[in-house]
Amino acid sequence: MIPSSFDYVAVDSADAAIGALTEHGDEAKLMAGGHSLIPLMKFRLANPTVVIDIGRVNDLSYIRDAGDHVAIGALTRHMAVETSDLLKADVPLLAHCASQVGDPSVRHRGTIGGSLAHADAASDLPAALLALGGSVMVKGPNGEREVKADDLFVGFLENSLADDEMITEVRVPKATGAGWSYQKFNRRAQDWAIVGVAAVLNGSAGVSLVNMASTPLRAAGVEEALASGASHADAAQRAADGGSPPEDLNGDAEYRTHLAKVLVQRALTEAESRKS
Amino acid sequence: MTAVMGTPRIRKEDPKLLTGEGKYVDDIQVAGQLWMGMVRSPFAHAKVNGIETDEAKSMPGVHAVYTGGELMDMGLWVAPLPCAWPVTPDMVNPEHYPVGTGEVHHVGEIVAVVLADTRYQATDAVEKVEVDYEELPAVGSIQAAMADTATAHSDHDTNKAFTWALEPNPDALNDAFANAAHTVTGEFVQQRLIPSAMEPRGVLAVPSPAGGEVTLYSATQVPHILKVMMAATTGISEAKIRVIAPAVGGGFGAKLNINPDESLALTLANKLGRPVRWTETRTEAAFSTHQGRAQQQKIEVAADGDGKILGVRVHLDADMGAYMMLITPGVPLLGSFLYTGVYEVPAFGFTCDGWFTNLTPTDAYRGAGRPEASYAIERAMDMLAAKVGVTPEEIRRRNYLAGGEAFENLEVASTLVFDSGNYSPNLDMALDMAKLSDLRAEQQRRRDAGESKQLGIGMCTYVEICGLAPSRALAGLAYGAGGWEAGTVRMLPTGKVEVVTGSTPHGQGHETSWSMIVADKLGVDPDDVEVLHSDTAISPLGLDTYGSRSLAVGGVAISMACDKVIDKARLIAAHQLEANPDDLEFEFGRFGVKGSPDKGLLIQEVAYGAFTAHNLPDGMEPNINEQMVFDPPNFAFPFGTHIAVVEVDESTGETTLIDYIAVDDCGNQVNPLIVEGQVHGGIVQGVAQALYEGAVYDEDGQCKNPSFLDYLVPSPTEVPSIQTEFTYTPSTSNPLGVKGVGEAGTIGSAAAVINGICDALSHHGISDIEMPASPMRVWKAIQDAKAGN
Ligand SMILES: Cc1cc2nc3c(=O)[nH]c(=O)nc-3n(C[C@H](O)[C@H](O)[C@H](O)COP(=O)(O)OP(=O)(O)OC[C@H]3O[C@@H](n4cnc5c(N)ncnc54)[C@H](O)[C@@H]3O)c2cc1C
Repeated sequence: MIPSSFDYVAVDSADAAIGALTEHGDEAKLMAGGHSLIPLMKFRLANPTVVIDIGRVNDLSYIRDAGDHVAIGALTRHMAVETSDLLKADVPLLAHCASQVGDPSVRHRGTIGGSLAHADAASDLPAALLALGGSVMVKGPNGEREVKADDLFVGFLENSLADDEMITEVRVPKATGAGWSYQKFNRRAQDWAIVGVAAVLNGSAGVSLVNMASTPLRAAGVEEALASGASHADAAQRAADGGSPPEDLNGDAEYRTHLAKVLVQRALTEAESRKS
Repeated sequence: MTAVMGTPRIRKEDPKLLTGEGKYVDDIQVAGQLWMGMVRSPFAHAKVNGIETDEAKSMPGVHAVYTGGELMDMGLWVAPLPCAWPVTPDMVNPEHYPVGTGEVHHVGEIVAVVLADTRYQATDAVEKVEVDYEELPAVGSIQAAMADTATAHSDHDTNKAFTWALEPNPDALNDAFANAAHTVTGEFVQQRLIPSAMEPRGVLAVPSPAGGEVTLYSATQVPHILKVMMAATTGISEAKIRVIAPAVGGGFGAKLNINPDESLALTLANKLGRPVRWTETRTEAAFSTHQGRAQQQKIEVAADGDGKILGVRVHLDADMGAYMMLITPGVPLLGSFLYTGVYEVPAFGFTCDGWFTNLTPTDAYRGAGRPEASYAIERAMDMLAAKVGVTPEEIRRRNYLAGGEAFENLEVASTLVFDSGNYSPNLDMALDMAKLSDLRAEQQRRRDAGESKQLGIGMCTYVEICGLAPSRALAGLAYGAGGWEAGTVRMLPTGKVEVVTGSTPHGQGHETSWSMIVADKLGVDPDDVEVLHSDTAISPLGLDTYGSRSLAVGGVAISMACDKVIDKARLIAAHQLEANPDDLEFEFGRFGVKGSPDKGLLIQEVAYGAFTAHNLPDGMEPNINEQMVFDPPNFAFPFGTHIAVVEVDESTGETTLIDYIAVDDCGNQVNPLIVEGQVHGGIVQGVAQALYEGAVYDEDGQCKNPSFLDYLVPSPTEVPSIQTEFTYTPSTSNPLGVKGVGEAGTIGSAAAVINGICDALSHHGISDIEMPASPMRVWKAIQDAKAGN
């Protein structure tokens, strides 16, 4: 519970952060809310020699109406996402998922950019972004590019960013009036999901899974079944297609596979009932 | 002056604690302090072939690095860490020094110590100590211990530590089973629990600059016992050791031990002449602080055709862990007397085998032996009810001691004398509160409709043994100390009252409760009473807080010291009022002369007079300063009924507690608000065992869930609003008629919850679920039952 020694740099802009990343290379880590990074450092599972604190880059904390989508600054805290009227109206799934993260103190510190960058298969927001078909804006020394949610999560706690890049903005298409549901199955209110399912029914279906593989995962089998007209119950049977559920004390593969099916069915039923 | 005893009163210690003003060990910083960093074995069982410390010694800020062997050579100890409860004369008690040398026996055992200027430097240097371990076969579970293919200690031939038996009437017991119409057998696992007090353990030893004395600040429940044991194991005189337990953030038994770290800090500070400190990390806590439960139980109940119990036979296999800590082997014995519960049991037998494993030692954890006992008998009663074909409440009624009616001083099968009880009214109240018939109707409806969420109603009518303890009874159990408690009440010149207690509060609110006892007795304002405690220089005499003993022993001592105060004050008042002492009545803090309402003296006036000593009876000592050491004639036996209403989602296996009713009886109450708080906390700790917690080890003795990420301590969001009520059956074991309540909630709750789950799933033929009843475990049990396994 005592981290190794490291240097600490606080920056006040994305450009300064990228400058610092360029300078220190893979020895450095960005710290946003610190609520995933610091625990790893305390267990000495992450030992960056330089921590670049972007927690004070205030101009990256916003939630804006951008026409067909809502733009959310990477440093926006979960609490702001949870309580945003704009999101509650136009992307209720995302606001709701943010409200399911940890406990209030975690939600006041953790950021949407940090959560997505952390690429934890057990986290809530990556699944939401996948189901919603969102994307992130990524900035590096050579400018900015857009990365779709499907291309962001590449391995266990691994995103597709280069060492000198950072997420600056999150973009989620508006899903006003769409059916949606988030089923988070956990033991205690503040825990990560043992299995979670996010679903959006908006003409086509977007369904994604939490903690069913080493990365946040699209429930491709379910989406495909629904697209070809299968019933919710039949589609739910394909919940674990393409997954490789982790095994831990809360659930082995058999149990997680079963849970995924139950939760997909519940998610689809609830999403259907919310369609307007 | 209105009544104080028995009225809810907000705790006087809370404003400080709630505003962060409480000073815990870790808050106390002293100049020149050195931080200890522990090099701990990563293996459960290994030989230490060598330790390389050069690199660590050269790290910045490092003052010294000592290997276990070097520490032993420094002659810091005259005896190993103590086990005060050698339960049998032939009990095996492996030598246990604060550091391991040669062979280590559990993950986390200390093999070397770093001293550095800061905690960070100490931690960095620990990583640089190179230890050459040779792994030995580990005994990673009690089953492995019993198989005896490998031994936890290489120089032992067997892992068995002792066999202890309580078999008052073996022939009668055999007859009972031979003649039974019904028998049931329950085999239960009491999983290992990691006590998780909010404040981790920590220690700071400060040598006095003049030399010779050492002050040991420790996050302990037992400063008095710690002082004696430090003296006995280090050879430093008690008179030169002062132990202070500052604010202590919960203990639950896990802070009643004599720990390696405490002894290391004390002896190294003494040796080096510099303060030495250490605070455990949470991960360290999972290895270096003792753990609870860890038993396998077999209980058999024999009954006649009506379900009346004829006999109860129990065998325990108890996991000691790697070493005998202070009362490790005694914990299962504390439960032994309660396996007959609140029932009339004509014949009883209990045996317990203690086993060594290469796991963290076990010892007392909230309830210590009694939650296990109450779990076994209360689960077995439900099994018996099912077998006989009656409801759980009916099987209990048929078997209650004294037919469920009020009794006093009743000898029970396990040879103890229960102070008092009155079980039927307590059960009735709980059943009413639960609206039992409505619940059963709803349960039937859900079952008929085949709903996914099934309802279960689980009950537990527990009794517990607390108020540890009559010293003679402890002698009979081979316990190495007495069970008295000391209390001093001093009337101060200004009219305030100073109370010194040998009890050691660490969250229980003794300052408030003791103030109320004194206020009630002496007719003073509770806010005028100061309660001093937890510092052996201020309170030299005491046996501390555990086993729900504080009120029933320590609080009673305070009350009896007040009687002495009144006696002396009466003589002074009579002298000054020129009246016969017998003609004085003491009421609302005033001595009045019978028949002359105007003539009288307030106790504060008497106190001032005793201080000035201007006008005292001939030969009387000035001041009013009275001490009482109370050794109770008997234990106290609280009881109660807990009902857990659970919803089990069959499609996921998830159990949700939807209602919880607790009707407890702890005799007379001092502060109902504190009683309720203790009941709430206790229940959550029992629910935690039933549904959430459990340390899981692999066969190599490695803990798979040593952090709060995986070791699931429930939070308020997991617990429903608990409905509490009380019945009041005064104890005959003390003049206040009080019983303890600190552990009762834990003792009543786990069985209620699991009985509820089994009730919800009984239509699948499921009659048992191992704790913790995780969703996966419940779901798999349902799948197995459906598949006919
Ligand atoms: C007790 C507790 C409970 C929790 N429960 C949940 C839960 O139930 N569900 C859940 O989803 N999460 C949970 N979390 C995690 C929480 O949501 C974290 O806040 C979040 O995952 C990371 O956000 P952060 O801002 O704290 O990131 P940090 O910890 O600061 O960073 C995490 C990683 O992302 C990188 N990073 C941060 N910002 C950027 C950026 N803008 N661009 C590129 N890389 C970046 C960092 O370098 C680091 O590698 C919990 C955390 C705690 C401590």
